[in-house]
Amino acid sequence: MSLAVRVIACLDVDGGRVVKGINFQELRDAGDPVELARAYDAEGADELTFLDISASHEGRATTMEIVSRTAEEVFIPLTVGGGVSSIADVDRLLRAGADKIAVNTAAIRRPELVAEIADRFGNQVLVLSVDARRAPGTDSGFEVTTHGGRESAGIDAIAWAVRAAELGAGEILLNAMDADGTQDGFDLELIRAVRREVSIPVIASGGAGATEHFAPAVDAGADAVLAATVFHFGTLRIADVKQSLSAAGHPVR
Amino acid sequence: MEADGLLVPGVGAYAACMAGLREIHGPRLIARRLSGGRPVLGICVGMQVLFERGVEHGVETDGCDEWPGVVERLQAPVVPHMGWNTVEVPSGTSLFAGVEDQRFYFVHSYGVRDWSLVTNSRTRAPLVTWAEHGGDRFVAAVENGPLTATQFHPEKSGDAGAALLRNWVLGL
Repeated sequence: MSLAVRVIACLDVDGGRVVKGINFQELRDAGDPVELARAYDAEGADELTFLDISASHEGRATTMEIVSRTAEEVFIPLTVGGGVSSIADVDRLLRAGADKIAVNTAAIRRPELVAEIADRFGNQVLVLSVDARRAPGTDSGFEVTTHGGRESAGIDAIAWAVRAAELGAGEILLNAMDADGTQDGFDLELIRAVRREVSIPVIASGGAGATEHFAPAVDAGADAVLAATVFHFGTLRIADVKQSLSAAGHPVR
Repeated sequence: MEADGLLVPGVGAYAACMAGLREIHGPRLIARRLSGGRPVLGICVGMQVLFERGVEHGVETDGCDEWPGVVERLQAPVVPHMGWNTVEVPSGTSLFAGVEDQRFYFVHSYGVRDWSLVTNSRTRAPLVTWAEHGGDRFVAAVENGPLTATQFHPEKSGDAGAALLRNWVLGL
């Protein structure tokens, strides 16, 4: 027996409500992140990730309440990301009950933020979220993007992952922007490229559309797999994903 | 001092944790409780600080020294050891009663890789639970009379963790 492959359910939260379509008929309020978190926990999710896409200050304040309520009721690890740009943001979210914090754009703008967070709170709390896409002409063939994959950040994705790991990131959330939304499967080349260069855990994200898509991502080197839409819409159930992983020889919880 | 149980949590760096603990006279409080047979539970870095010392980035920090042993960096291909892992529970455990075969949530880069406490026929040997990651073995939990500790996070280990905490509370 060894460490189980983690299956992580991600919720996009806007102003305290889950966005994207929901297909959890059994829930009284399917737009409530806390209820959905509880449902995912009951289904066997190994971790939860809240991505706060609120644009307003009020929306972010509401997210903080959601994080507190979730931490009081759901006893599996909770990662929160979206707009985290300072030590103060991290401190607030951890106090609210988050276990890990995902940083993205702010770390691209100011890489020292990674080291500052790791030094203050330990590297285990810091998840570096990398939105990567194919870019011919870069050293690795992959570049970092911002604005949901629409703009190039002008840096090599693999080199960025390596640098962030050196600065103290505890984990990499690897979002394949080319695969995102396609439901054609994870970007295995991207996963392999990152796995070759870093020795911190890698979470594969983007492209999941069928239960059989998950095992190849683990074979490519992912320590954990994350999906949002396919779980929200009920296209895939977490238990089925785990069964598929297990059938492929990967340990699951 | 009067509480039925004392919880020693801990995240982040060993040195920072020990510094914070010393500020509130934590090591002395823990030692006094234990000498009176009052239960203490250490979790994650809260377990690590119960050992003799920790070594991080080449810097040695003295711990509470309740047990001999050094907390050092894990030797595995992927570190931190992050996620749900199985544990090797010794017979006679009360902490793991009913959840011996369950997985628990770990997140750490350092651990105790050698258990070096010498016991003889007149002292009762602590029960040591082990875990393995990437070929490295380390202490996952210790049950030692009033002193209990886990490297994993029972509070983040779902139903299994809740059952383990219930076992500890029932023993208070």
